Amino acid sequence: MNDVRSHLSIRNLNVFYGDLQVLKNISLDIPDRKISVIIGPSGCGKTTLLKSMNRLLDHVDEVRVDGEVLVDGEDIYGPNVEVTRIRKKMGLLSQKPQVLPMSIYDNIAYGPRIHGHRDRKRLDFIVRNYLSAAGLWEEVKDRLHHPASRLSVGQQQRLCLARGLAVEPEIILGDEPTSALDPQSSQRIERRLVELKKDYTVVVVTHILRQARRIADYIVFLYLGELVEHGPAQDVFANPRDPRTRAYLTGEIS
Amino acid sequence: MRLLKEKAGRTVMFILTVLPTLLLVLMFFGLFRKSRAILALKSFGGLLFSSGWHPLRGEFGLFPFLIGTLWVTAVALVIAVPISLLMAVYLSEYAPRGFRDFAKPLIDLLSGIPSVIFGVWGVLVIVPLVGRIAPLFGRYSSGYSVLAGGIVLAVMIFPTIIHVALEVFSAIPFPLREASLSLGATRWETTRHVVLRKGSQGIIAACVLGLSRALGETMAVLMVVGNVPAAPKSVFDAGYPLPALIANNYGEILSVPLYDSALMLAALVLFIVVQTFNILARWFLVRAERRAE
Repeated sequence: MNDVRSHLSIRNLNVFYGDLQVLKNISLDIPDRKISVIIGPSGCGKTTLLKSMNRLLDHVDEVRVDGEVLVDGEDIYGPNVEVTRIRKKMGLLSQKPQVLPMSIYDNIAYGPRIHGHRDRKRLDFIVRNYLSAAGLWEEVKDRLHHPASRLSVGQQQRLCLARGLAVEPEIILGDEPTSALDPQSSQRIERRLVELKKDYTVVVVTHILRQARRIADYIVFLYLGELVEHGPAQDVFANPRDPRTRAYLTGEIS
Repeated sequence: MRLLKEKAGRTVMFILTVLPTLLLVLMFFGLFRKSRAILALKSFGGLLFSSGWHPLRGEFGLFPFLIGTLWVTAVALVIAVPISLLMAVYLSEYAPRGFRDFAKPLIDLLSGIPSVIFGVWGVLVIVPLVGRIAPLFGRYSSGYSVLAGGIVLAVMIFPTIIHVALEVFSAIPFPLREASLSLGATRWETTRHVVLRKGSQGIIAACVLGLSRALGETMAVLMVVGNVPAAPKSVFDAGYPLPALIANNYGEILSVPLYDSALMLAALVLFIVVQTFNILARWFLVRAERRAE
């Protein structure tokens, strides 16, 4: 029963930026090995929810988080948690691909090196393996030591995917990962994500409803910081229970 | 009539704009013309690398002053660069916003302090300090030394370096840091491998700007370096940098033949060196901006 198990759960999560409450009492289990898509109008807290999952919120000024985010049963906001170990469990795809200022090879090897892999052969294998998993190997295998910044934006995003996979995470987080890409590159990323869900739990934020329909197994709908509705994608799309969800899906609120 | 006014105004403003722009070129040629008298008698290389400075005997070796300038500048950079970079890294990567907003203007204000005040501070605090620590290194020093000059200079140039470095760091998008952090990198790893690397060109520019300020700084250094026209052998010895030479002597014994021409040559050398570094800094900054894209 893989459906019931979840290694990513959120319990009574409240997030404040200064006096502004951006997430209101969110409780949620993210299903394993599925694509969960967080949807909602801009400014509803989608990205904040995503970033709360790997504690990237720590670096936002004047942020306050209470509640729990459980990863494999451990509250990542707990007092003795090593944040680097938590983050290693998750790969992140950001809105615009962020390649590190180094070669293609070093981009992939960056994570493993940080976590202590030094063996050259092993690194070579990791680089090849995850570039293939991200569908980039064939395009770059002859220029692994060129600067990654010379790749096209679409290739850069797949490189970022490979880089995230290289630290062997359990979860992939995507913050509107296709918003800077052309339709073809977007499609490639979507296809990769669909393929990867057999091994990873995927959480994606998007403001593109059609994208959500294409890839989502599970829908999380946020509205003004509130978790309005969540459930299997077919159910939510076919029979939204909350009027606000219905209004959003029909385009009345955006 | 209105059209005439428009035209006249435009011409006046054009001239006002062109003049300062040409000033750089005019100064260069002015200095060059004045130093021709001595260059007609002695070779440029010979003057630059001979160390005898005896104006009354007609010897005008600039070497001790060149070396003095280099020593003081090098000492200043060795002290200022690591400290300012660590400060800039702290302020940009670690410090909470409140502290950054508080500290940044204070650092910028430092660069507005008149240099003679730094000089006084150097004389009162740094010079005695250097005099006291020199024996620990087995040397005697009056305190008026290259080291004192370097320390005072370091304090004067670190606002420049910090300011430019902070600009460079803030041009690096935050999501790039997130990309590194999300892989499980620590702040320091992220700073070292991502921020410093991405900003490397800009950091070089920051240092070169600091360097060119240090090369040209006159007053504060003049007050603490001792001004002995001999190449210093250690940082505890007195030195005599080019700017101090010019400031101390110009207008004094100009009846000595060729003296003023020699000083003008010194000024020309200083001018060229400083401008070269300024241009270099600009070039690195432009490259840094392009790379931040």
